[in-house]
Amino acid sequence: MTRSGWTGTGVFAVLAVLAALVAAHATYTADLSAFLPRAPTADQRLLTEELRAGLASRLMMVAVEGADATTRATVAAELARRLRADPAFVEVNDGDLEELAPTADFLLEHRYLLSDAVTTGHFSAAGLHSAIADTLDLLTSPEGLLVKRFFTRDPTGETFHILDELDGPRIATVDGVWSSRDGRRALLIAETRAAGSDTDGQERAAAAIRSSFASAVAALPRAHAPLALRLSGAGVFAVTSRALIKAQVLRLSTLSAVLIAALLLVAYRSPTALFLTFVPVASGALAGVAAVALGFGVVHGITLGFGVTLIGEAVDYAIYLFIQTQWQQSAWPTIRLGMLTSVCGFAALVPSGFPGLAQLGLYSIAGLVAAALVTRFVLPQWRPRLLHTRDFAAFGATLGRALAGLQRGRIALVGVALAAALVLLANRNALFSRELTDLSPVPLADQELDARLRADLGAPDARYLVVVSSSDTAATLASAEAIALRLRDLIAARVIGGFESPTRYLPSPATQRARQASLPARAELALRLREALRGLPVSASRLEPFLDDVEAARNAPVLTAHDLAGTPFGSAVDALLTVSEGTATAFMPLTSPDGADLTSGAVAEVRAAIAQAPQPPGARASARMLDLKAEADDLYTHYLRQAVSLSLAGLGAILILLIVSRSPARALRIVTPLALAVLTVAAGLTAAGQRLGILHIVGMLLIVAVGSNYALFFDRLAQERHREMSRTLASLAVANLATVIGFGVLAFSSVPVLAALGATTAPGALLALVFSALLAPRAAFDS
Amino acid sequence: MRPPRSGCAIGTLLAALALTAHAANPPAASAPAAVAASPAGDPLDELLRELAAHRRGHVAFTEVQYLAILDRPLESSGELLYEAPDRLEKHTLKPRPETLTLEHGMLSATRGGRTRTVELAAHPQLAPLIESLRATLSGDRSALEQVFSTRLEGDLAHWRLRLTPRNRETARVVKEVLISGEHAKLQTVEIFQTDGDHSLLTLGPELP
Repeated sequence: MTRSGWTGTGVFAVLAVLAALVAAHATYTADLSAFLPRAPTADQRLLTEELRAGLASRLMMVAVEGADATTRATVAAELARRLRADPAFVEVNDGDLEELAPTADFLLEHRYLLSDAVTTGHFSAAGLHSAIADTLDLLTSPEGLLVKRFFTRDPTGETFHILDELDGPRIATVDGVWSSRDGRRALLIAETRAAGSDTDGQERAAAAIRSSFASAVAALPRAHAPLALRLSGAGVFAVTSRALIKAQVLRLSTLSAVLIAALLLVAYRSPTALFLTFVPVASGALAGVAAVALGFGVVHGITLGFGVTLIGEAVDYAIYLFIQTQWQQSAWPTIRLGMLTSVCGFAALVPSGFPGLAQLGLYSIAGLVAAALVTRFVLPQWRPRLLHTRDFAAFGATLGRALAGLQRGRIALVGVALAAALVLLANRNALFSRELTDLSPVPLADQELDARLRADLGAPDARYLVVVSSSDTAATLASAEAIALRLRDLIAARVIGGFESPTRYLPSPATQRARQASLPARAELALRLREALRGLPVSASRLEPFLDDVEAARNAPVLTAHDLAGTPFGSAVDALLTVSEGTATAFMPLTSPDGADLTSGAVAEVRAAIAQAPQPPGARASARMLDLKAEADDLYTHYLRQAVSLSLAGLGAILILLIVSRSPARALRIVTPLALAVLTVAAGLTAAGQRLGILHIVGMLLIVAVGSNYALFFDRLAQERHREMSRTLASLAVANLATVIGFGVLAFSSVPVLAALGATTAPGALLALVFSALLAPRAAFDS
Repeated sequence: MRPPRSGCAIGTLLAALALTAHAANPPAASAPAAVAASPAGDPLDELLRELAAHRRGHVAFTEVQYLAILDRPLESSGELLYEAPDRLEKHTLKPRPETLTLEHGMLSATRGGRTRTVELAAHPQLAPLIESLRATLSGDRSALEQVFSTRLEGDLAHWRLRLTPRNRETARVVKEVLISGEHAKLQTVEIFQTDGDHSLLTLGPELP
């Protein structure tokens, strides 16, 4: 090896070790939301934040299926018991009443701060009389039996009133545990301690549920029909997605590497050449991962999946090196321009607000540059002096004659272009996908299970949400209370069906103090009570506990979120009120009156009501209404549009590069077949019923990136005199086959984003080669 | 967004309240075993057969509730409507209107313009108050014996059915239900609670 060879190898070795170190210490994630956009608007940021870490992301819905109802209920109750003992879970609920007993105590204890019936009038003699008379009515009904024991403490029925106000969706119960509506599943809900974005924590929690279920089943005393466990929830989805992506990335990379290796072994007939071909590929992949880790702090699993795409393109460089003999003189300059073209294309993706696209862009740039540099400066030094590879001259010559023949019919390409344009024109209104969920790797069956469990548990995906935020909790709650008053009017007018608010569980401090202020002092209350009881079958002497409780409530400290901890009220507040970085945010989900979507008129009325709600004195709170589905789809459309415009910008950059380095006429000649390939693939996908998404657009960019190498080689063949046409053609054919294999394998992935990329790029790369050959100047094939 | 458990239905929490309230009371001693599995000609079977033959009933009622916390009993009156096999309506007219409807295991209470609905099966404490009457009226022995141990006294002309809760949850609240009647005509339903309170429902003449 020469001195410069040693230098190249030395630099390569140092860089490779550094990149390996960076890659080894990088954080890897498969959480889809990490791949999701850095949202442009505050509302959308809130949405992605909720997807990532909100309480909704920490709920796991658990269903027990099979055997008979009693067995299911026994297993579900035992499963719940085991999970409650597991520190991985904050709370486990299966509808078991014993578990709710602490809540009942809590409500009774704090009823005068929590009941919205507590007003000055309520505690006047007349108010007391009517409230106690109502409670007596209740006592004679079956429900009265349940509240009778509290009568002497709570004769005005505040506890009942609080519960009555809370009346929510009913969950069916069988043998003391929740059951699906069709009665075929026992249900429970577990709230994990790990955040939804902590995929490792979610995975451990899911594993804990599975093993507890197995133990609960094993503990059954009698023989029984088989039982099955079904898990769902955002965390479960993250775990499944990660496992799926991990398995797919590994399997697909291995498969395409093996297939390409087999192809190259047949082509080269030299294991050494085969090994050397993969050196730039591996270097590129390593450089790509290291660049993404340094640039983004976290590497997404899907980005690793694109490693496969790098095999497809980077493998070409070494193929050109080993098959073409005039490497230094003419192949390298062409590859260099091809590589720069690709870099221009991918560079356009880097500024994208969509982390997935930006990661892909950076990964590809770093990977291609590294692969090209290794091919140019390291590989030739490592290449044995006598590397015996197959001579492709004869194969290439045959190929050249065939292509020259085919060129005569190239007018047919006009027909292809027209047909493709027609297909796209005919489907112009349904070309692009608009649903964010199209990106989700979660299988449809799992999404359906999730929807069913949600319906059974009365946990609808909240679509409409009023969001109130300010710099302090008290002001946020007070503002939410003011809005809640307006929303009640809208319920009465049947504009909305109902709403949820954290203030139902935790009234604002101001409201709690106002309630305390409306409670009379003990002596005064005793006087009023005596008057109030006139004509009622209760004597004041029995209601001493009532006087004690009211007096205690007058002097009790105001309730805070902290006091609610550990009760279902606390969990409800956790879900509906978040405090972070000096901002307290209340979430108020709305439902429509008929279960359908809200009309745009209704949405406008809600927005007007929010705008009219009086601001609490002091701190400024801001409130707005979100339609989460519309926001999510807007977000997706925004990034789809961005992907299209960035790709176009990339194409523009490529065109400028080609015009500058060649000439406008040659640039046009190079670009035309690529544009035609993209057009044909887009038409093909559309005709096959696919809607184009972000990854299809990226795939088209890849067609141009890979295809530009082919077009540039044909351009060179037409220009240069001392060239080896046949070997160049052969190397293009082998390189193209390798690319098609690499992306073709991806097309069979069950991760939608990877499949979309493969299905676009594999046929596109093939077409790019064929079209470039057909549209090349005739001189290219003169021998 | 809304956590499912925050939607705790009123019935669920009410039942929880009752559990807390009665947690101090030990469950009633297990009731004597039901009348031995009956061969043909068992008097309870005969009575229930007669009751089952009546598919519909509409009677006036008066009810007196004796509660320890009150100075005097609470009296109410109204109409009862029964349709085989599982529809029972109790319309209280005095002192204030209230309607209780049991249909297909769901209990609805309408009071002051508001209706609340709970699933009976989910509330073992409520069950004896209503199920005792419904199962007896429909002559449904298996439903009756699922909740209660039964003991029949007297003869068909003057019978008295003593029902003791089997279920631990139910036994926390209800000690015994006594139903008396003449042939297929019910006369009184008395409910004795574990805390000493009791109620007497007297059924009057058939209404049109």
